[in-house]
Amino acid sequence: MNKKKPKLYSLLAKFDTQEDLILATDRVVQAGYQHFDTYAPYPVEALERAMRLKPSPMPYFVLGGAILGGVGGFFMQAYATVVNLPLNIGGRPLFSWPAYIPITFELTVLIGAFAGIFGLFWITRFPQPYHPVFNSEDFVEHGSSDSFYLGIEARDPKFDLEQTSEFLQELGAVLVSEIEA
Amino acid sequence: METAHNNLLVEPGHSNASITEKITHIPLTTIRKTSRGWILGFLISFLGMMVFLFAVTILFIRGVGIWGINIPVGWAFAITSFVWWIGIGHAGTLISAILLLFRQNWRTSINRFAEAMTLFAVANAALFPILHLGRPQYFYTLFPYPNIYSLWPNFRSPLVWDVFAITTYALVSLLFWYMGLVPDLSTMRDKAKNVFARRIYGMMSLGWRNSIRHWHHYQSVYFLLAVLATPLVISVHSIVSVDFAYGIVPGWHSTIFPPYFVAGAVFSGFAMVLTLMIPLRSFFKWKGMITDRHLDLMAKIMLSVGLVVAYGYITELFEAFYSGNAMTIFNITDRASGYYSPLYWTLIACNVLVPQLLWSKKVRSAPLVLFVISLLINVGMWVERFVIIVQGLSKDFMPSAWAVFNPTIWDILTFVGTIGVFLTLLFLFVRLLPAISIFEMRELVHHEATHADKDTQPLHLESLGNEGGRDGLIPGK
Repeated sequence: MNKKKPKLYSLLAKFDTQEDLILATDRVVQAGYQHFDTYAPYPVEALERAMRLKPSPMPYFVLGGAILGGVGGFFMQAYATVVNLPLNIGGRPLFSWPAYIPITFELTVLIGAFAGIFGLFWITRFPQPYHPVFNSEDFVEHGSSDSFYLGIEARDPKFDLEQTSEFLQELGAVLVSEIEA
Repeated sequence: METAHNNLLVEPGHSNASITEKITHIPLTTIRKTSRGWILGFLISFLGMMVFLFAVTILFIRGVGIWGINIPVGWAFAITSFVWWIGIGHAGTLISAILLLFRQNWRTSINRFAEAMTLFAVANAALFPILHLGRPQYFYTLFPYPNIYSLWPNFRSPLVWDVFAITTYALVSLLFWYMGLVPDLSTMRDKAKNVFARRIYGMMSLGWRNSIRHWHHYQSVYFLLAVLATPLVISVHSIVSVDFAYGIVPGWHSTIFPPYFVAGAVFSGFAMVLTLMIPLRSFFKWKGMITDRHLDLMAKIMLSVGLVVAYGYITELFEAFYSGNAMTIFNITDRASGYYSPLYWTLIACNVLVPQLLWSKKVRSAPLVLFVISLLINVGMWVERFVIIVQGLSKDFMPSAWAVFNPTIWDILTFVGTIGVFLTLLFLFVRLLPAISIFEMRELVHHEATHADKDTQPLHLESLGNEGGRDGLIPGK
């Protein structure tokens, strides 16, 4: 149908074990590749270290949301009970802040949690139903169950189809395939 | 550290592929091949749900007068059931959040299920106060929403705190549960043969592709949600208890209530987890993943919180006599010898005496006995809340106003109906979604494999120095 040769997205190398992938990732980083990603069916901390990932910014999202929720919640209650609808209940002070604490706390947690989730969506660009890596049948079959992958993207300045492919073979990949964009 | 080999959390011989296959197999079974047992269980639960809908329809037509409540006992079955259901939810959050923070690996195979249990229990709990409102169609006035009357809810009232606590709890539990499901939904998407199933799971999985760059952020958020959920567990039942403790009703007005209610919540919640887990694991043949060790550990937690609950009972007694307040002393003696005394002694038997059996290792390793004990604790905790709420109200300061509460058939049907709703949702959950966290099980399999095999050398990454070396093989949790 499409006569033009499909554009290459990446070279995807498959590894059998987590340990092989960690060692390979370390070598890929040392070789100077920048645009690459690794895939594992469960989180692997050593792999994150091997990729030299920066600490996740997620705590800042959650902190921001929590502060917003807490401060906002407190002032909502203060505004309601002091300014907008002051009710004299048995001569008690209008600004009865200890009674605001439970709702302040609940809103801190609520907005903090939502900020974390939406922060994650923003950083990871989810929901994202399509990604070139799903073009690999092998990846779809094993990527989410029992195999480990390393993909080096074609846009990487060091990327060279033959050399990179050889390099990945050398690192112990059991399968190297070309992924179309 | 898991040292003893016979105490493994996963049966030896499980691999990533076999775990994936075993867990995804249940949701991906075709409709025709659904097991008879599931269909039978679902139908019975569904019948319970229909009973609930029937009782609620009659309630909406005729009003709360069909219940046995009247002055002075205005709170009875509905509020008891509300407190009970909320309490059951707490075990789920405790297992998923608090045990995660304490890095208790054994939570892995039960946390998804416990979280689902939390969600469904909270959904049931939230129904009761609304049904109890009398005019349930106006429940939204409990929230601060813009309105032309420029009215606000009374933020100084524990009942309004409750609205915020329950809403937050339900939403955060939902987020936590869904977050945990996302990677597993991607596995379901990839394993599903049916196009329709693949689309649905695919949409729900948000396009998750197991990239380590995503795992990196994901783990961070998941951990932070656990950090947020941990104080939430404590706060929710504390606020629920304050609904009572702020009142001057004898038997309610006590500062022990918040911790006492939280302990009771965890106690009944763990009992419910066991009640559901024990039949489920033999039905789905999950014994390789939910091992006897899990039951043993849960029984130990149940025993220890049970002791806290017993301590609460003793403190209540002591405080009553120590206070020297005639009304409080009367309330306590009436509890043990008055109209509701059979219920009081039932709760003492179920919540204090029966759990003492759990000291024995033999009892803890006999699933059937554990099942019976957990059922009794469930009953005991429901009765406890009933006695606290109703007995105090029925005999307060003015003897001329005393009256006892007896439930009508509608009280009973509404409560029994919610058990049907709960079980219906659980049956659908175990049938349609992976009921055990697949990715965390893979992590655990890897962890147990590397630790069981003494010959495996720790991986050493020279470029990363020592930091990358020693822990190289050990996954995050």
